[in-house]
Amino acid sequence: MMRLERADLLQIYYLMRLTRAIEDRTRTLFLQGRVVGGVYTAQGHEATTVGAAMMLRDGDCIVPQHRDLGMHLTRGSSPRAIMCQWLARGNSPTLGRDGQAHIGDMHHGIVPMISMLGESLPVACGVGLTMKVRKRSTVVLASCGDGASNTGPFHEALNFAAVQKLPVVFVIENNGYAYSTPTHKQFAIENLSERALAYGMPGESVDGNDVLAVIETVGRAVEHVRSGKGPALVECKTFRVRGHSEADKADYVPEELRKEWLAKDPIVRFEKYLTGEKILTAAKKAEIEEAVKAAVDDAVSFAEQSPTPDPATVADYVFAPDGPVAIIGEPGAQDPRYVNALDSRTGKPFNSVAETARSQFVTPEEVGRR
Amino acid sequence: MSAVTYLEAISQAIREEMRRDEAVFLLGEDVGTYGGAFKVSAGMLEEFGPERVIDTPMAEAAIIGSAVGAALMGMRPIAEMQFIDFITSGFDQIINMASKMYWRAGMPVPIVIRGPSGGGTHGGPFHSSSPEAWFFHTPGIKVVVPATAYDAKGMLKAAIRDNNPVLYLEHKLLYRMPELREELPSEDYVVPLGKAIMRREGEDMTILTYGAMVHQSLKAAQTLEEEDDLDVEVIDLRSLTPLDRETILESVKHTNKVLIVHEDTLTGGIGAELAAILSEDLFEYLDGPITRVAAPDAPFPYAPPLEDVFLPNEDKILNAARKLAAY
Repeated sequence: MMRLERADLLQIYYLMRLTRAIEDRTRTLFLQGRVVGGVYTAQGHEATTVGAAMMLRDGDCIVPQHRDLGMHLTRGSSPRAIMCQWLARGNSPTLGRDGQAHIGDMHHGIVPMISMLGESLPVACGVGLTMKVRKRSTVVLASCGDGASNTGPFHEALNFAAVQKLPVVFVIENNGYAYSTPTHKQFAIENLSERALAYGMPGESVDGNDVLAVIETVGRAVEHVRSGKGPALVECKTFRVRGHSEADKADYVPEELRKEWLAKDPIVRFEKYLTGEKILTAAKKAEIEEAVKAAVDDAVSFAEQSPTPDPATVADYVFAPDGPVAIIGEPGAQDPRYVNALDSRTGKPFNSVAETARSQFVTPEEVGRR
Repeated sequence: MSAVTYLEAISQAIREEMRRDEAVFLLGEDVGTYGGAFKVSAGMLEEFGPERVIDTPMAEAAIIGSAVGAALMGMRPIAEMQFIDFITSGFDQIINMASKMYWRAGMPVPIVIRGPSGGGTHGGPFHSSSPEAWFFHTPGIKVVVPATAYDAKGMLKAAIRDNNPVLYLEHKLLYRMPELREELPSEDYVVPLGKAIMRREGEDMTILTYGAMVHQSLKAAQTLEEEDDLDVEVIDLRSLTPLDRETILESVKHTNKVLIVHEDTLTGGIGAELAAILSEDLFEYLDGPITRVAAPDAPFPYAPPLEDVFLPNEDKILNAARKLAAY
């Protein structure tokens, strides 16, 4: 088990708080009619998403899904980029072509998701395959929900990853419901990690609302995968305490069940721990809250001042231009002569991870990114 | 140097590109030890090893999805569909993952998805299809259909070097057809995607076609010259996306009559789009109805008498051309 320094723990707490705060603000913007489309949030998932992503190093890759804002922020996705996505701005990472946290670029090791959940997992295999043949010690962290764990691509991906011994950690965020469908109508096993056995990889289930437990379990899986032994599966058991989207009242969820899980809120739990250990003082907490608020305010005002896309560009960017393509992560891969060095649609660096207004509370040097 | 078949031309392209660029690799069902169901990749496992010639489980979403992931990392995977019919099992990876990636995220996805398409081999409903229309309709993926050994090699090389998803449709009937054997240049060459080619020059009518129907159309054109004194131009589209509008429009402007021939079914097929383009752009130039010869709107049948009547052929082209010529 890795040793977490005081600064790491505070960073984790900050990221969990930031995740929650961005989603809370997004909901407000949605209620005010300022978000263009539907809003999907993940209150209750923060321990899983932040905890799992904290186990990665530079060069590793995440393949997140729609409830993985915490993963995005932990790996450096910029709150400004996220907010520009929600508000459909012309300078969003998708140039207004797509919404939500459907963002990422490979230089920063983030595969942008599509809404067909589960389909990202075979893509994670291809990223892992490349790492394997290029003899790297990097890993892919690919997530999905309990819903997506029933799709064909989930099973194809886990099987292929196991056969090829690919460096992929699969994380299932089991939050109890696929939209309105409870787990007992989705699968007939107790723990989704049992599926690992069918593919010949280790599998563990963990309390997904306990960030330290997630870190320990996902950390173990990452270690296994990084050592070249092939993929691993972790099921993080959590709960979707809100609706599938903000349009969903989720009145199909028994009130008692919701209350039970609200009482297990991962941020409150971690806060109690940090306070008890005297790591999070009242002053520190106030400082973090201020930083969170500043990051959210900055993201919202940046997005609101950003232009909407130029309608004249509606049919642009359908095909990539000719030219050499770099192998990501290798020396010189960001040389602008490569088509994939910069965002060739804009001629500028990819902006899902911004160099300014980064999500980190403390500097990366202080954290000593693993 | 000897004349090679259409299939050998495909093999040569893959082999030469894998030698030229270490980012190129092949994955699919039975492509390694077995050398592929049609032996396109025979000997490649021995030459390139199991990390570059990957035998996969029977899982098209994993094959195409892994190709997409590797391509995002800067590799240039060639994903083989054992029969192109099986591409439906990987549909989402093409339509929603690969084809929209550059457009929404700015990252190129240089993959080639290739496999044997087309009928005439008693393959029945699941081993004979011509799936081009689904992908022709999809923005963000190129679709190419070579008809000769020269094009098979040159277009596959161009497809592998392209920075976009390319669907490369091989016609299995052409794989070992003796009359398609030809000497290929010994030096490296590519056939750029997006350029049609005139296979036969003529004054009286243009046939727009591609794939195996190029050869049926050329036979028909020959017969029309001999029996009807008609001088028919045959354009092999080769590349459906991008489509070479210039060559198409130029030819039809010149002949004023157009017959479209494809093996795929009629409704919503490539011919429908060609007809729309021609009627929008060349309405005043047309001296007869834009005419299509295509398979009927039914699934591909198995029994030989059904297959024979299903597939377009020289006779059907002759009948349609004669009607059109009478205008």
